[in-house]
This record gives sequence, structure tokens and C-alpha cells, in this order.
Amino acid sequence: MKRLPHLFRSPEAIAGALILALLAAMALAAPLLFPGDPQAIAGPALLPPFQDWSLPLGTDRLGRDVLAELFHGARTSLAVGLAAAAAALLIGALVGTLAGFAGGLVDEVLMRITDAFQTVPSFLLALAFVSIVGPSLGVVVAAIALSAWTGPARVARAEVLSIRERDYVAGARVIGMHPLEIAFREVLPNALPPVLALSSVIVAAAILTEAALSFLGLGDPNRVTWGGMIAEGRTVLRTAPFLSIVPGVALVLTVLGVYLAGEGVVESTAMRRSLS
Amino acid sequence: MTRALVLLRRRLVGSVFVLLIVVIGSFLLLEAAPGDAVDAYIVSTGGDAGMIELLRHRWGLDQSELTRLANYLWALLHLDLGQSVTFSRPIREIILERLPTTLILMGSATALSFGLGSALGIYAGARPGSFRDRFLSIGSLALYAVPGFWLGLVLIVVFAVDLRWLPIGGIETIASGKTGFSRAADIAVHLALPVSALGFIYLALYLRMMRAGMAEAWRQDFVLAARARGLPRQRIVLAHVARNALLPLVTMLGLQSAQMLGGSVVIESVFAVPGLGRLAQEAVAGRDTPLLLGIILVSSVLVIVINLAVDLAYAFLDPRVGAGEASA
Repeated sequence: MKRLPHLFRSPEAIAGALILALLAAMALAAPLLFPGDPQAIAGPALLPPFQDWSLPLGTDRLGRDVLAELFHGARTSLAVGLAAAAAALLIGALVGTLAGFAGGLVDEVLMRITDAFQTVPSFLLALAFVSIVGPSLGVVVAAIALSAWTGPARVARAEVLSIRERDYVAGARVIGMHPLEIAFREVLPNALPPVLALSSVIVAAAILTEAALSFLGLGDPNRVTWGGMIAEGRTVLRTAPFLSIVPGVALVLTVLGVYLAGEGVVESTAMRRSLS
Repeated sequence: MTRALVLLRRRLVGSVFVLLIVVIGSFLLLEAAPGDAVDAYIVSTGGDAGMIELLRHRWGLDQSELTRLANYLWALLHLDLGQSVTFSRPIREIILERLPTTLILMGSATALSFGLGSALGIYAGARPGSFRDRFLSIGSLALYAVPGFWLGLVLIVVFAVDLRWLPIGGIETIASGKTGFSRAADIAVHLALPVSALGFIYLALYLRMMRAGMAEAWRQDFVLAARARGLPRQRIVLAHVARNALLPLVTMLGLQSAQMLGGSVVIESVFAVPGLGRLAQEAVAGRDTPLLLGIILVSSVLVIVINLAVDLAYAFLDPRVGAGEASA
């Protein structure tokens, strides 16, 4: 709990934390406030916002409640963003630790594979993966993780390269620990902090990629997504631009919140390090 | 010059391995896709089981996976990307047709984001911690949070629907019969919005990097020395601080090229620009896996070439790069 005052030192970090708290509340409250299918018809089609108090943000082309869709979309965005980022960080940390700790041929092969993944435009890779395997929530998460693990892998490897020369690693070798046990129980936990510092950027990128995929019609068809809402609204862009604007604003605020909170955390840890 | 050649040789060897991994990866994806080329062919032409057997045999699809991988590699060595299912034409032809548009779009967007981004970065980094620095930092963060396709739609609503200043999409006025300069101007008008949508997102990146690099450079001794010599402030900012902060941005140009190719997929489909990105979306819509993988391969080659060019430019700009290897 001592950390919290540090976290909320800068106004940007406070703003970021507030936005994220609001989003989390929206995502958690969605099934309570808007029970039932958000994709069900709730009223007349293309009702403008602020006309009917039971439908505050109006309805879309098919008469679905925009506010309910927005709340349920927050669920998808946050779930996909967090799951994909967690998977990417996990894969990256494992690959990076293995490459850095094993060295030699293993390192060479793993790093060339990392190079290859960084050469292929990540969005194209995600696009191809989802279109071949078929759109569902799990596949979208896997596709995003597949295109985002390289950054964490490089950072983890660089960190492991310096850690593996330390005395406690030599000590672990001397007492006869298995190399894999040293790699994952002694080295990996100590290499994690700089890898975790990437998480805000990766969560933000994952949310944006998910939105772009659903915008192109490759999201899970059974779930409301903000990207899908924007694509829906696009068909009536001339007459009802708010249908595209509203979910877009939600996306921008979400990603901005993630960035701001992430910067706040990085700044506060940097401050604690310089203090100690 | 030998320095650049040594660097080039080493990078080329690395690139061949990377490309090989990409090719094997795309082959595996192709294998994972439901159905093969014969299924796709039969759907459009019809035919019985005997015909399917015959075609599978003729196209080498009844052989083992390793043989097929070898055939695939052999075809790629001859720059043969196979046949598109939806277009019924060689994939190489289609891609070469669409590539120039994407290159123009990417090139202009890169110029916009790099030019404006580094200029604003210099402006912000000239006085770290000032109001304008804080304003630009937050502003660029907000810009960086905007999805490119949504920015594109907002630009369409404002500039094409409400103000009617610019066309809503496409690459040029259809059947206008324009040639030469007036055609170029027509294309420029059509590309103004897509280039802005793609460029503004990445502008933030260059701005932030430039600003961070300058804040770092201000603390270094050579800047102190320049101030002690009594050089005018503007000269210190441009010739000493900004110049040293500029180099990492050049590296970023190469790294960013892959991101921008991915970004152009959505931007091109928002603005109906007939480039490589839109082709990728058409391939997805038509379940044309060979075409999609062809696009991925060509994009990867493009990324490798751009990064090689950036590395060479970097070696040219910074005499320290590769100097040790050339003499060794």
C-alpha cells in the first residue's frame, strides 16, 4: 500500500488510473445494467442520442441500444487486451530467457525466429492467422499475442544476458541445480521488471489491433466489439456519424488511459529506484 | 565504402535466414488452411472425384509435405507466387500492380510523420519541462492512442462529407481522362486524407523520440561546452542538441516500416485505395489464402529492403557504425 502515493504523484497518472477504473467498472457492470443480449433490437432504428431517456445514446442501424453495446464492448476490449498482452509477455519472457540463458545455437535459432516475426508486418500476420483459423475470441487473442511477443523476448534476453553472469547464478550451478530450473526459477523472476514495463504499450497495442481486426469483420461475431460498432456505423456515416464516433472515442480514451497509467507506474518505479 | 559493403554483406546473410523462416512459416499456415488449391479450383469450375485426383497429382499436392515445401521454395526462387483463387491470375502480377500505390501512400505518410514529428519534437525538446513541451507530450500521447481507421473515418466526416473539400475515397477520378500533371494532382488530392490518417498516428512516435533524445542530450557535456563558448541558443538547439537526437529516429524509420504496412491495410480499406493493404483485405474476404501469403511474403521482403537501406543510410550518417568490423 505504500506504493500508491508514489503512483498518484503526477496528474497524468491519476487521469489514467481514473479512466481505467471507470472502464473496469463499465466492463464489470455491463451484464448487471444491461442484462440480456446487447445485440437484440431495443427500439426504432437510427434513433439519435439524447432523444429517449431509456436509450440515452440512441440506437444503431438495426435498432440496437448503443449504450448497452458500448458497455459490452468494453468487456471485449479489456478482456482481449489483457489476455493477449499477458500471453505475449509470457511467450516473450520464456523465449527470451531460454535464448539468453542457453546461448549458442539455441540463442541463434530463437533470435532468427524473433527476427522473422518482426519482419512480417504484425497486423498482416494477425489478419492471416484469424482468417485461416476462423474468428473467435480465443483465436483473436492468440493472433495478437503471436504478433506482439517479440518485443518482450528481446528485452528479456538482454536482461538475462547480464543476470546469468551474477554470483547467485554461479552459486545455483555449484549446488547442482538443473539449468532449466536455474533459468526459470532464479533468472527469469529477476529479469521480469523491465519486461513488465512494456505491458502498458502491449496492452494498448493489443486493444488497437483487436479493434482493427473487428473493424475488418474478423472479430468474434457473437460478441459486441467497439471496432465492429465502428464498422457498423460506417455504413451510415453520412446520416448518423455518431454511430462511428462514439465507440471510437471510447477506444481513444481506453488506450490513452492505459498509456497514462503505464507512464505513471514507470515514473514512480524510476523515482523509487533513484531514491533508494 | 568498404565499411558499408561489410555491413551490407553481413545483413544480407542474416536476411536470407529470416526470409527462409518467413517462407516456412507461411507454408505451414497455407497447410493449416482448410482445403487446398484443387478444392478452390473445383469450386469455380466443377469436376468429379477423378478430376480432383488428376489435378492433385498434376499440381504435386499428393506428395509428402517435405516435397511440397521443396516445390514451394523452388517456385518462390523463380519468383512464382502461385495462382490467385479469387482473381484467377498469377499472384505476382496482381501484387506488382498494387504495390506502387501502397509505396506512394507509405512514402508520403512516412515523410509527413517524420518531418512534422521531428520538427514538433525539436520545438518541444528545445525547452524541456516548459508548457509547450508538456502540451505536446500529452497531445502526442492522445494522438498515439487514436486508431488509424477511426481517424480516417473522422477525417472523411469532416473534410469529405461536411466540408466537401476532398474526395471520400479512391485513388483518382474514374474515367476522367486526365494525364500528366493534372493526373498527378488528382491522385494527390485523393491521397491527402489517407496519407494524413496514416501519417498522423506515427507522427506522435517521432515527436516523442525526438523530444526524449533532446532532453537527454541537454544534459551532456558537449552541450555545456557549446553554451560555455557562448553560442547562440538557436544554434545550440539545432546544430548540437537536435542533431544528436536525430540519429535514433533514422533507425526508427526502418523499424516502423513493418508497422506502417500493417496500418495501411485498414487505411486503404477505409479510403478504398487500391493498394496492397486493400488487396490483403480482399484476399481475406475471398478466402484466398495463397494471395494473402503472397502479400505477406512481398511485405516481408519490402521490410527487409527498407531496413537494409536505413542501415546503410545510418552507416553513412554515423562514421562509428561498422568501423571496427571493416578494419578487423
